[in-house]
Amino acid sequence: MNKTVVKEALGSGVVIEAVQSMTGAESIAPDHMGRGRLPASGYLPKAQKVDWATQQEVEHLLFTQAALLDAKSWQGFIDLFSDDGVYWMPSNATQTDWSREASIFAEDKLLMEVRMGRVQHPNAWSQAALWETNHIVGNVCIESITDEKIEVFSKFQMMELRRDKVRHFAGTYRHTLIKSSTGWKIKLQRVDLTNAQGAFDYVIQAWV
Amino acid sequence: MHQLALDQLVQPDRVHKSVYTDQHLFDLEMEHIFESAWVYCGHESQVKNAGDYFTFDIGRQPMIMVRDKTGGINVLYNRCPHRGVELCGNQSGNTGNAFVCSYHAWTFHLDGKVRAIPLMKGYEGTKFTADDPMASMVAAERVDSYRGFVFASLKSTGPSLIDFLGEAKVAFDDMCDRSPLGEVEAVPVCHRVVQHSNWKFFMENQLDALHPSVTHQSTGVSARRVEQRLKTENGSAPLFFHYLSTFASSFDQWDSVQTVNFPNGHGILKAYMGLRPTDPDTVEYESLLKKAYGEEKAEEYLSRSIHHVLIYPYLSVQSPLQQLRCLRPVAPNKTISEIWHFRLKGAPEPIYQRALWYYNLVNSPATMINADDLENWTKGQLGLESKGGEWVSFHRNYGQDTEKDGVLYSNNGTSEVVMRSQFKAWTNYLTPAFKAA
Repeated sequence: MNKTVVKEALGSGVVIEAVQSMTGAESIAPDHMGRGRLPASGYLPKAQKVDWATQQEVEHLLFTQAALLDAKSWQGFIDLFSDDGVYWMPSNATQTDWSREASIFAEDKLLMEVRMGRVQHPNAWSQAALWETNHIVGNVCIESITDEKIEVFSKFQMMELRRDKVRHFAGTYRHTLIKSSTGWKIKLQRVDLTNAQGAFDYVIQAWV
Repeated sequence: MHQLALDQLVQPDRVHKSVYTDQHLFDLEMEHIFESAWVYCGHESQVKNAGDYFTFDIGRQPMIMVRDKTGGINVLYNRCPHRGVELCGNQSGNTGNAFVCSYHAWTFHLDGKVRAIPLMKGYEGTKFTADDPMASMVAAERVDSYRGFVFASLKSTGPSLIDFLGEAKVAFDDMCDRSPLGEVEAVPVCHRVVQHSNWKFFMENQLDALHPSVTHQSTGVSARRVEQRLKTENGSAPLFFHYLSTFASSFDQWDSVQTVNFPNGHGILKAYMGLRPTDPDTVEYESLLKKAYGEEKAEEYLSRSIHHVLIYPYLSVQSPLQQLRCLRPVAPNKTISEIWHFRLKGAPEPIYQRALWYYNLVNSPATMINADDLENWTKGQLGLESKGGEWVSFHRNYGQDTEKDGVLYSNNGTSEVVMRSQFKAWTNYLTPAFKAA
């Protein structure tokens, strides 16, 4: 090897000015905009100032609901809903109507009763395996409030243990609460699962 | 690796467990079945506009289905010919006028032909030229469609799509004929579910009439309880309770549902749910069909006895409720299913809703039905991987089915003719591989 040649080669070079009229990729495919600029996506809560007691009362309901799921207290979970209450997990964030969209869950109280009856049946085979969940609910943000109705946004994390494997689900809850003689009831719980359009490794057996 | 000859692996009334567990056999299946036969890509309504694409696998091959500027649909390997990099990094989207490689900006027209390469002068005096086919994306050898359902084959020879489908093409006729316009449109939601089991578990299960009242007992019984209460209180219950409660019918009832088994592994489980109620919505819908096709044809379309149709080895089409599940095998013990449903063009909204509830309750990732199927298949795979036995029995009603013109009709719904028929097709596909060895 001739060290002199290498030394000479390294003795000169260029400086690329970073500011150019167009990038290399743009010069080849200036019109490659089919994907479009990526828009902001997701839902931003519109926080309202509420008194601390109301905030606490609403948070208590959300935390209770999470605890009921982890305790497999299905009837207690269903009882949180109003008679016309609906649990809805859309397939994507753009869906708007629980009764007309291809959903992951779209259950009124009758269908909730079917699901509860199923998981409690001694021959619900998929329930024989080890199965536990742990929910955390936070970022609770009341979006609108009247004497009759509250809209509340929150975030959840759910860890699931099944057949010695751990799965992780997370997303956004949006509860619509209405006043009843026995306190606030859930008229609609919308659950936007971050995992909604990912491949599901096995399926979801109970409400998240 | 499997040690047995083909006729030992697959016998007329039993198969060796290794056909579900062996990596070498899986590789042969990928090469001689999935990467040779016609495989479902998707529905043309998934790619409406030029540049719209969907990605999916044919066997082990990553593919793109894309709509081009002339309105045609191309099926291409999702691979840049330069250094092999995947071109579309998402399941679906629009790629504009061209595919652009994220590594070195090689760009390709929507038919896969190379469009531009940076600093082309760098290839002057080399063996590389842009008109060499190696400079362009590779297309599937054959692409064809039937009533809007697109298929591709990675092999240049073999039967045509229509010959491959055979009588099982009724899956798509039955779905489209139920639309007054004769067409369906994919609803843009694709659920994907991973099963930790061989793909054959799914295909066998679809026409297995002995399992529902066992596997789905819990859901069937629970739905029946609510359905009966509603009927007592209101005189009727929504049809979707019936979708669930019929799963828990008796063994004898299931034994009365016939299966039809075609020579190439395709098959039909005949209807059992009774989907022609006499409510005003149904009456209106049926009159629309009669207006479109005439009394006789409409009646023929509405009374076809089909629960679902299997296109072997990867598709289950539930045509009366416009649902479709497509298998993409990943490994001997891992399979992904893609789950779609379709809207009947020109049919009233309540008819769509009726099918929608089946999708939501039975085919969503929160399914109350497949939860227990998946559990069975996981446990089945674990058992077959053990040393606790060698054989899988398909003896039920062996020799007791009726054969007419090569089609096997079960005389008992629970006859394991379904599996025997599928394995006959499997053997036909794999015979050349075993001869070569």
